Amino acid sequence: MKIAVCIKRTPDTETRVRIAADGVALDETGVKFILNPYDEFAVEEALQRRDKAGGGEVVAIALGPDAAQETIRAALAMGADRGILLQADKVPTDALAVAKALAAELKDGGYDLVLFGKMAVDDCNHAAGPMVAELLGLPCVTAISKLELEGGKGVAEREIEGGVEVVEFALPAVLTAEKGLNTPRYPALKGIMAAKKKPIETRPAALGAARVVVSALALPPERKAGRIVGEGPDSVPELVRLLRTEAKVL
Amino acid sequence: MADVLAVTEQRGGALRKTSHEVVWAARQLADAMGGKVDALVLGAPGVGAAGAALGEVGADRVLVAESATFGKYAPDGYAATAAAVVKAGGYGAVLVAATATGKDLAPRLAAALDAPLATDVTAVAFAGGKVTATRPVYAGKAIQQLTLDAPVAVVSVRPNTYAPGKAGKAGAVEKVQPVEIARVVVREVKAAAQGKLDVAEASVVVSGGRGLKGPEHFALIENLAKAFGAAVGASRAVVDAGWRPHAEQVGQTGKTVSPQLYVAVGISGAIQHLAGMKTAKVIVAINKDKDAPIFQVADYGIVGDLFEIVPRLTEEIAKARAG
Repeated sequence: MKIAVCIKRTPDTETRVRIAADGVALDETGVKFILNPYDEFAVEEALQRRDKAGGGEVVAIALGPDAAQETIRAALAMGADRGILLQADKVPTDALAVAKALAAELKDGGYDLVLFGKMAVDDCNHAAGPMVAELLGLPCVTAISKLELEGGKGVAEREIEGGVEVVEFALPAVLTAEKGLNTPRYPALKGIMAAKKKPIETRPAALGAARVVVSALALPPERKAGRIVGEGPDSVPELVRLLRTEAKVL
Repeated sequence: MADVLAVTEQRGGALRKTSHEVVWAARQLADAMGGKVDALVLGAPGVGAAGAALGEVGADRVLVAESATFGKYAPDGYAATAAAVVKAGGYGAVLVAATATGKDLAPRLAAALDAPLATDVTAVAFAGGKVTATRPVYAGKAIQQLTLDAPVAVVSVRPNTYAPGKAGKAGAVEKVQPVEIARVVVREVKAAAQGKLDVAEASVVVSGGRGLKGPEHFALIENLAKAFGAAVGASRAVVDAGWRPHAEQVGQTGKTVSPQLYVAVGISGAIQHLAGMKTAKVIVAINKDKDAPIFQVADYGIVGDLFEIVPRLTEEIAKARAG
């Protein structure tokens, strides 16, 4: 089974955001970058599917600056076979521009399965996976928390508000992973050493025109200073009074 | 001058609350653009009746695409039908609610239309002849202003950010042709337990964290949520520990929520959690540690033992809401 996993280099979720001097970007000084947490579920799923199929290949594909090679190494350390870096100085804000570059790479790759994390924790778009699927005319199920594959057909489950959708599709397909799909492995030392020898191809990303322009990035407005109503259960009536008469949410 | 298409969402033939929000958002945008609002309703035969009320929240026309295959969400068919409507209609913007369905549909539609996409926006406007959008990034740690530079833009609107008013438009119902392609098929929808509200859409959310000490004590949270008529949320720590399902997780690797009221119980307030709930209108925190970061974002805080405070609060809220 030949599987592509599209991954992204994102700031750690514990990052304290500061705005760069240009007023439109994140100040990356001192920011730790990680493999996007949702992509870990995609990588894990790819590895399990490859191993269950008794062979094949898992290719980790990232679009981004040269530093994204580290992100690819993280996927290789988990067990992916090789990597492809589609080079771009920075990842465009325009999700469709990114999707076009990924689609161009994936088009003639002969993949049975293309996996993504359901979203990147930086731009939170949920977009690249279903866009790639649409561009390539492939079946796509997003934000899956359960997957069964058998004989070229699949059934996936995705959480919706107040329920779960059970979705059928045929391979090749694009799937995006929700937390809970599996438990990603920690790379073992052996995996980390092996990853250093695994090949990473690099080529320029064939980005589409960027038509989503960031005009400003700002910190959210500070919340007005709140107050401690009191200590212990005796302060409950006062809290309820405030919720009713001051906040007017009851 | 350009019109706006609002793509609505139904379940079981009934329009969802977010559909009214998205039509209302489309109305505001269309007024700024000097255009009209069309609402698109996709569903099983007979669904058109549900669309009749959309004039009230701002639809000039209600376009109804009925198909036996459209009762449940049909990702490819919905996207292709909406794309065909947009191509035929000369719209300047297409609005979708950023629900589980909308998050799936909007990117497909943007790709099908070769249009730029802004997701999960808290405001959409029109400036300098272009659609602009405001949206949280890094799960709410920063706010991004976007300009969408194309003849038509696709925008998904965060639930609970546009409160529908009254617009009193005609809402004339017209049929449109469904495009029935299906690369994937939603075979069934397994409903969650009766009356369970989703954390992303509820107007009140009560969340529990590690301070509850064990999954068995979440009954306290469930009872308080019931008293409020709220959805139950959870911190990453308790989801990772397996106490609660991931669907309830609030924060950067869970759901970002903007309810009217957010009650955080036994949650210290890690950065990634605060990012996911800081845009709530009113925040209440209950925690035994008076220095917990959650109190820095809370409007009202009570310091103390949650096992004493929560039952009392549950009782008082039930009383307040009954009377």
